[in-house]
Amino acid sequence: MNPLRQQKAPIYEALLKYKAGRIVPFDVPGHKQGRGSPELREFLGEKCLAVDVNSMRPLDNLGHPVSVIKEAEELLADAFGADHGFFIVNGTTQAVQTMILSVCKKGDKIIMPRNVHKSALNALILCGAIPVYVNPGINKKLGIPLGMSIRDVEKTIKDHPEAKAIFVNNPTYYGVCSDLQAITELAHRHNMYVLVDEAHGTHFYFGENMPLNAMQAGADMAAVSMHKTGGSLTQSSLLLINKSVQKGYVRQILNLTQTTSASYLLLASLDIARRNLALDGKNIFAKVTALAAYAREEINKIGGYYAFGRELINGDSFFDFDSTKLSVHTREIGLAGIEVYDILRDDYDIQIEFGDIGNILAIISVGDRALTLERLVSSLSEIKRLYMRDKTGMFEHEYINPQVAMPPQQAFYAEKHIVPIKDSAGCISGEYVMAYPPGIPVLAPGECITEEIIEYIYYAKEKGCFLTGTEDMAIENIKVVEK
Amino acid sequence: MELWYTEQHTGNVRFSIRVDEHLFTGQSEFQRIDVFKAKEFGTFLTLDGLMMVTEKDEFIYHDMIVHVPMATNPSVKNVLVIGAGDGGTVRELTRYATVEKIDMVEIDKMVVEVCRKYLPQTACKLDDPRVRIYYEDGLKFVRSKENTYDLIIVDSTDPFGPGEGLFTREFYGNCYKALKEDGILVNQHESPYYESYAQAMQRAHKRIKEFFPICKVYQAHIPTYPSGHWLFGFASKKYDPLRDLDEQAWNELDLRTKYYNTDIHKGSFALPNYVRALLEGAL
Repeated sequence: MNPLRQQKAPIYEALLKYKAGRIVPFDVPGHKQGRGSPELREFLGEKCLAVDVNSMRPLDNLGHPVSVIKEAEELLADAFGADHGFFIVNGTTQAVQTMILSVCKKGDKIIMPRNVHKSALNALILCGAIPVYVNPGINKKLGIPLGMSIRDVEKTIKDHPEAKAIFVNNPTYYGVCSDLQAITELAHRHNMYVLVDEAHGTHFYFGENMPLNAMQAGADMAAVSMHKTGGSLTQSSLLLINKSVQKGYVRQILNLTQTTSASYLLLASLDIARRNLALDGKNIFAKVTALAAYAREEINKIGGYYAFGRELINGDSFFDFDSTKLSVHTREIGLAGIEVYDILRDDYDIQIEFGDIGNILAIISVGDRALTLERLVSSLSEIKRLYMRDKTGMFEHEYINPQVAMPPQQAFYAEKHIVPIKDSAGCISGEYVMAYPPGIPVLAPGECITEEIIEYIYYAKEKGCFLTGTEDMAIENIKVVEK
Repeated sequence: MELWYTEQHTGNVRFSIRVDEHLFTGQSEFQRIDVFKAKEFGTFLTLDGLMMVTEKDEFIYHDMIVHVPMATNPSVKNVLVIGAGDGGTVRELTRYATVEKIDMVEIDKMVVEVCRKYLPQTACKLDDPRVRIYYEDGLKFVRSKENTYDLIIVDSTDPFGPGEGLFTREFYGNCYKALKEDGILVNQHESPYYESYAQAMQRAHKRIKEFFPICKVYQAHIPTYPSGHWLFGFASKKYDPLRDLDEQAWNELDLRTKYYNTDIHKGSFALPNYVRALLEGAL
């Protein structure tokens, strides 16, 4: 990385110049620097609306960058140690889908852990690829999915040598990393691309003593959610690639689904966040790591809660841990994570990232302060004092191995009929069933519905998880494929 | 030359004091600290530009935050004071020979150091052998305490900035846990008059009420605080500040206070109708 060059922020600087030029806009957007919508201008501020502009010569064009966006992308690649970097304004979902669409065509196989994000599964519906799932290990005590074990990956590659790519979470939502280096080497030996979902891994590129990032590991592509822990605006993201992938082809794939009216607010936020991380990332994430470590220690002192960390590293399915993640196991105090999540929000005005059956997750990032962490710790202490109950009778969470009966795309477009979920055992699902949190599919199109799955769906509902995916908003009925 | 200190009491209201001398300015880890000297109010301390204490009217605040609970339960021995870096609350507490231990928890060491130097009028008793000062977040300190104190006094700044954690449900819950069976919690309760302060006041009242069976509010007139009309919260597991007031016992102590007396004690719990309505609305 070239620190001198990294002080530039070409898109941001071009926008400042545009503003200073007092240009008369006879182009879109129609709010014309906010004058057309006084209410919105009052709400978001004049400064913000004045640079909510459309692409124009001095500001370049995201679909075909030749000037300031091109330069900003070069700086991005330099900062992240990639061969090339793309700005993404359609969410990390688009970055993930572009990775898969760039290397898989209809009928191609792709190896992925079951705990992939929904965006990866949706990419299979778009392109017709067939998933080969690897069972992510599970920590029985915590009930959380882990990374992929090397032995499982080896076996899967051996069973499906024709697979085009392997997809890896780095890290998972809970902060767990697989052995990315070994998986990358293994996959490359078998001529498979390595696609890495680094939605929660922006800081791996800048902090010290962090798990290995995708570009360091030699992976081919990585989707990096800059907005999650890097400080840019919501929905802004990055796609990084190495030399092994054709830059021009990836741009073509991107342009299939990318807006032609890219938001300059998002682009400028990415440019500024990149500069900030490149120049000061080491300090920022040292602070973040220290805050998270402090909170973990204090929460563990309360007793009952278990804020887990690097002690769970096992050299395989829990190869490394993202220490900025604050995941807390709550079941020993007799409360489901989702219950603690609700109590924190309803009674203590604290919004955390998610709660699942047994855990809660708080995101600690560049914007956090010691004072607010004290509030979180104290609230957890109070919740234990006021709500602790016997943990007997709580659900024993088990990983359910999906049975893929047909490609997701085929199932998605097949003739279907609706049956009550309770009577659907033995059918092939035509829809998703997702439980939020943690947003990992219970069912995807093309998979067999089993009694075990039905039981899990009802349990998650009872525990207050937010279920989505089926056309039936109440999640009582499901569309299944005609036999 | 004219030099004026100005505080915005609301977006549309200002309060100014002519300043003779700007004695100190400094930025701590938590806030900006200033000390001024004025003809009208003597030396005064501001934090992030907000008035905290003046030599001329501090007696009202400190009398009311200390003597009301102490007259309600004169056998208080073990006291926790949160905030109160100027030392005024501790000064009043040390006047009771029966108080055995005062833990003072102030997040900002620089505030205490500055007050020791420029405001000896309030900081004069911080070296009393019964006093122990902890420089940490009050919310954190109280978290680890259980069934320890007879009285907790929350002498905090407003609920934005470093004091925000002291107006939360988790804080009041932790205080409840840290108090003994017959413990009393008294807090600086903001003002009912201007809207933003009134909201903070309502929120604090609502949250304290969730934990304590006895929960009352009393008032005092403090000229240098926004609107001058200021409230304190009195919460207890056992003592009622009116029913359990032992006037004779307190008067026999012969403490010679400048603002507080047992008649004021009783009268201060009589609230204007609009304040009652605000408190009743804080559900």
